Amino acid sequence: MPLPELKFDRTKCAECQATSCLVKCQYMDFKDKDKAKKEWQKVINSEDSSVLEACTTCYACEEYCPFGNHPFYMIVERQEEKGILPAPRPIVTMWINQCQPVGRFMVGKVEERALSYCFLPHFNTLVKGKLFDGIAWSVIFGQEFFCNAVYLHYAKASVIKDRLPKIVENIKNQGIKELVCLHDECYGTFTSLTSAYGIDTPFKPIHYYEYLYGRLKELKDLIKPLNIKAAYQRNCSARLCPETDHYVDDIFGLLGVERVKREYDRENALCCAEVLRMARGPVLADDVQKRNIDDMVRFGAEYCVFNCPACWDSLAHKVAKQGIKPIHMIDLCKLAIGEEQALRLPELVAEV
Amino acid sequence: MQKYVSQIHRCFRCGYCKFPTDYSSFNCPSYRRFRFDSYSTGGRLWLIYAWSKGEIEWSEHLAEILYACTTCKNCTEQCPMKFAPDIVDWIVEARNDMVEKGKIPPRVARFFEAVYGYGNPFKQLRSARAAWANGTKRYASGDEYLLYVGCLGSYDENGQKMARSLVDILNASGISFGILGEEEDCCGNEIYMLGEAGLFQNLAEKNSQKFKELGVSKVVTLCPHGYNTMKNNYPASGGNFEVYHYTQILSDLIQKNKIKPSRAKAKVTYQDSCFLGRYNNIYDEPRQILQGIPGIELVEMERNRKDAFCCGGGSGNFVTDLLAGSVDSPARIRAREAYETGADTLAVACPSCLTMLTDAAKAEDLDDKLVVKDISQILKELLSAR
Amino acid sequence: MTTTSALYDSLVKIVGKDFVSDQKEERYFYARDGGLMPPHEPDFVVMPKTTEEVQEIVKLANREKVPIVPKGAGLALTGLVIPQLGGIVLDMNRMDRILEVNEKAGYVVVEGGTTHGALKSYLQKHHPNLRHSIPDSPPIATIVANAVIHGQGRLSQQHGFNSDMVSSLEVVLPTGELCRIGSCSVSSYWFSKGPPLPDLSGLFLGWFGTTGIITKLGLKLYPCKKMRDVMLFLTDKAELVPDIMLRLSHTEMVEDVVVSAQPLPLRFRGTFWIMAYITGDSDEELEFKRKMVWDALWEYFESRDVGLLSTSPEMKAPLMSMPSKDLTRFADVSKGGGFQYAGPITPIEKFPAFIRKLEEVATKYNVFYASTARLIDAGHCMMFSFSFSFNRANSDEMARAKKALDECSKFALEEGGVLWKADIYEQRLLMDKMDPNTLVLMKKIKQLLDPNGIMNPGNWEVK
Ligand SMILES: Cc1cc2nc3c(=O)[nH]c(=O)nc-3n(C[C@H](O)[C@H](O)[C@H](O)COP(=O)(O)OP(=O)(O)OC[C@H]3O[C@@H](n4cnc5c(N)ncnc54)[C@H](O)[C@@H]3O)c2cc1C
Ligand code: SF4
Ligand code: SF4
Ligand code: SF4
Ligand code: SF4
Repeated sequence: MPLPELKFDRTKCAECQATSCLVKCQYMDFKDKDKAKKEWQKVINSEDSSVLEACTTCYACEEYCPFGNHPFYMIVERQEEKGILPAPRPIVTMWINQCQPVGRFMVGKVEERALSYCFLPHFNTLVKGKLFDGIAWSVIFGQEFFCNAVYLHYAKASVIKDRLPKIVENIKNQGIKELVCLHDECYGTFTSLTSAYGIDTPFKPIHYYEYLYGRLKELKDLIKPLNIKAAYQRNCSARLCPETDHYVDDIFGLLGVERVKREYDRENALCCAEVLRMARGPVLADDVQKRNIDDMVRFGAEYCVFNCPACWDSLAHKVAKQGIKPIHMIDLCKLAIGEEQALRLPELVAEV
Repeated sequence: MQKYVSQIHRCFRCGYCKFPTDYSSFNCPSYRRFRFDSYSTGGRLWLIYAWSKGEIEWSEHLAEILYACTTCKNCTEQCPMKFAPDIVDWIVEARNDMVEKGKIPPRVARFFEAVYGYGNPFKQLRSARAAWANGTKRYASGDEYLLYVGCLGSYDENGQKMARSLVDILNASGISFGILGEEEDCCGNEIYMLGEAGLFQNLAEKNSQKFKELGVSKVVTLCPHGYNTMKNNYPASGGNFEVYHYTQILSDLIQKNKIKPSRAKAKVTYQDSCFLGRYNNIYDEPRQILQGIPGIELVEMERNRKDAFCCGGGSGNFVTDLLAGSVDSPARIRAREAYETGADTLAVACPSCLTMLTDAAKAEDLDDKLVVKDISQILKELLSAR
Repeated sequence: MTTTSALYDSLVKIVGKDFVSDQKEERYFYARDGGLMPPHEPDFVVMPKTTEEVQEIVKLANREKVPIVPKGAGLALTGLVIPQLGGIVLDMNRMDRILEVNEKAGYVVVEGGTTHGALKSYLQKHHPNLRHSIPDSPPIATIVANAVIHGQGRLSQQHGFNSDMVSSLEVVLPTGELCRIGSCSVSSYWFSKGPPLPDLSGLFLGWFGTTGIITKLGLKLYPCKKMRDVMLFLTDKAELVPDIMLRLSHTEMVEDVVVSAQPLPLRFRGTFWIMAYITGDSDEELEFKRKMVWDALWEYFESRDVGLLSTSPEMKAPLMSMPSKDLTRFADVSKGGGFQYAGPITPIEKFPAFIRKLEEVATKYNVFYASTARLIDAGHCMMFSFSFSFNRANSDEMARAKKALDECSKFALEEGGVLWKADIYEQRLLMDKMDPNTLVLMKKIKQLLDPNGIMNPGNWEVK
């Protein structure tokens, strides 16, 4: 079977005046639109371009492009073509091996509507209580259902193209009609990535924010407003599904949480930077994390609300050090309905 | 064929199971007592394997090694291997085979005979089972709880004190409950652990059936051993009722302010019973009761909660006492450890712990410095003092 | 020779009847270890509590010419505690006291059967500023036996073999005399095992209990910083590993460097995992060290040959724990309760060749493998383990694992490595290759100390 190909509309770029994809990029300096446009043409035309080396794979330009083109996927294609490694080779190898499907289907009692834990064990801890009444057992987890979007960070679109159709097939074979994705990397995969690569998605992906919002409305009587100020940690894969961002406001609204209007939220969000650390080393990553957390402090956040478990792993203890309470969105909802926070900061291991 | 036969060779004799989490001492009671590796978990597993392969013959010594295990589950807690949850099951299965072949230590055989003949391991008359009860009300339909007292509560001197205290507290709190009196039978937990599967099956079915006939929907047990088997083994034998250990009920009553103990003045340390703690994850409730008593200072022994050191009474050893007779007997070590905390009272929540540790405190000549009391007794005294 | 029952009675007289066994069950268990060497039963298992008891037992054995084998936890896995000629196995575990910690001079004095686990726990509780070099063997491993086989631990990158950290000994000689070695032979301090005296500790360390029984040992302690972290680097090029190790060591800031390789779980396949442990008393100190480590490897990072793997706290926890339970878990990968490793001490430049050999041998014998290499003493050498797991219930697999081990040991020796905790066959390989005059010297020493050849016979036996 031939691998699916990226659908990318060059004509849009030809007509595009702003070249927002590069101009807005937080890691490159393209204030000059003409220069940006020229450079971008090089990328499209498979010429050598500084962009391919400089891209930190933050996903953001997927959101910046106002025309629904896929600048970041394009970059990944080109990086792979040219053998440019955004991350060290052994890290890429490790990831490719680690998530390789091996025929081990880890499933609960799957029904037509199911939760996807993707390949993130955190959800074992998070999925609990009334929010998940009636669905908690309907779960898929592991390599066989892993969305594979992570390879965008490693210039390995080929791995995605190779594995994703099978993953989609696996999910379908479970008889799943509606898949509630607990990680928006999955959701983004099944809404943005599959369509960009022309892979048919025979089930309906539902963003867990939508699910939570729906449940909270059903449980409205239980909600006691939290009256807190929270910084939202917007993650890289949120860039694949910016249309879901309003749910953050909707949910916060229901829970009585103020989303502090800080510099690094929404379109200007900073990622957790752990991928940057793997790709670029500590200097850039430390800088990004520091700016991000300082920003939370400056705007008086009491809580930092996480969407992505990987962001949690890299930032939770660091925000806590600054006196801000880290909490995952699912847990935030639980707090408001009188349940306990399940995912907590692990004791920082310092066994001596 | 029992599952252990195909699995038991997986033990690497690495010895993690000998320790508590911090490696500070030895936490397998039988290893701590005898110190030969043969008495450690790994030793037992290797010897069982050897026996199952015919590399060694049955001997009374082998059987004693097998039965010196108190099924305290410290090994299960500490073994780093994937099979850790199965270790005690393997030991019990091997005992099943020994029982089937009629090859068990005489003391264990006497335990079985007693339960067969008398419904308790002490060879006490069935008719004397409620001698402690002092007119305690019999269970009648409509009562919320059946109070299941167990053999130690019924016959053992210390256990009886516990039972009477608990009855008084329950009465004082207005809970509706009743006992079975002479109708009560052995719960079978020890029988199960000692490997007499047939007899256990019999007891579990009989008891479940009796509860059903009486319309019992909630059982509260005096003894963690009974709690354990009713909770974890009975459902497979037709048991269909909720079961609580009395500490769960009492901690609830205290939290809801339904019983209000008067002020005490005591420094108390608490012995986790294996069948509450490691078996059923009940660590907090007994402590909540103690902390709910004004004036009690709770101090922990070095080894506590999932690292608690077994009193040595499990798996019938409160009768068979295969670990007795030494300063290294687990109960004596534990009594010393309790004393070292500076506590004046060693609180327990189990009649087996109570009787083992009371004797140990005497043997250690600590009985005038360290009072061993069940939580029910402590609480009872503070209620009547009002 | 006295009858067995008379010997039994004599032993009972020395240690009490609770601590002597001539029963089948104990003899069965003490005939074996967790490795692949064939079993051989002792006649007695004896558990002394005091030095005097040890002396009495040794005198008795020497008089009666009964073999005597001191045993720690038996975790060397190479059959060093299997009594090749029967006799007495002396289980040292009751001599488990921690006798003295000298905070200022930085040493501890322990008895002959004190475990690494107990010392770790004791120091954490009572001397949190001090630590010792913990090996990754299960915590029941004894400090003395680990030194006797020249073990390595978590501080070996900085301070050498764990036996280099010995700071005095008390030994019962094979003829029963009690003898002090090092500073404690002239002073009440236990700070040096030799210097400035003739270093006699070499008569006992490395001898596998064939020259005496160590009843007390002084061990050096080192600063225990408040914080500790691990940086996990990956490379897919075996040939770079030696240089990476050296660069890490060059920083003089990394306390421990361990490289692991194994084909399963899949995440490990195709890459070498290099763990660099750093410590600090403050965030700043730790941060500075992190930076130094990064700087040391920056070139390889830029060339994309080496990457840092971000680790979640869950992933980090097992890497941080001491000892590492993961190493022990390797025994259950074939669901079979066994593994053994050949762990030659070799120059680190051999890493690529050894890895190739390991993979080749594992394929040839169809056995599951893993390797852990630990840097020793600022890069002067490393311990490279060829580890094979096996299923104890599958004798064919056990035979294959043994062949695989033997082949790796031979290879390592040919490549210039020196076999570590060699089993009796490997000892023979070593002695065959050894300078003949060295052999003669060993023989003289052994005859001098143990004229009746009672101590752990079969080991280090010069023909
Ligand atoms: C999973 C695993 C991981 C390991 N990791 C490491 C590691 O990181 N570093 C390391 O160094 N080792 C390691 N080992 C190997 C070994 O377990 C250790 O070196 C351990 O310290 C050996 O101690 P022991 O008490 O088990 O010794 P034993 O095997 O009991 O004895 C070893 C030798 O010492 C002799 N001996 C014992 N006591 C005395 C005494 N009092 N006087 C004289 N001689 C005596 C014995 O006769 C024998 O020859 C590992 C083993 C395993 C199973
Ligand atoms: S990718 Fe989008 S933003 Fe970038 S040039 Fe093309 S159309 Fe414009
Ligand atoms: S992915 Fe991020 S770093 Fe790369 S070009 Fe797009 S916005 Fe810039
Ligand atoms: S039971 Fe587990 S911890 Fe104990 S010796 Fe066996 S493998 Fe090791
Ligand atoms: S259950 Fe307790 S007594 Fe039995 S082997 Fe395990 S640790 Fe030892």
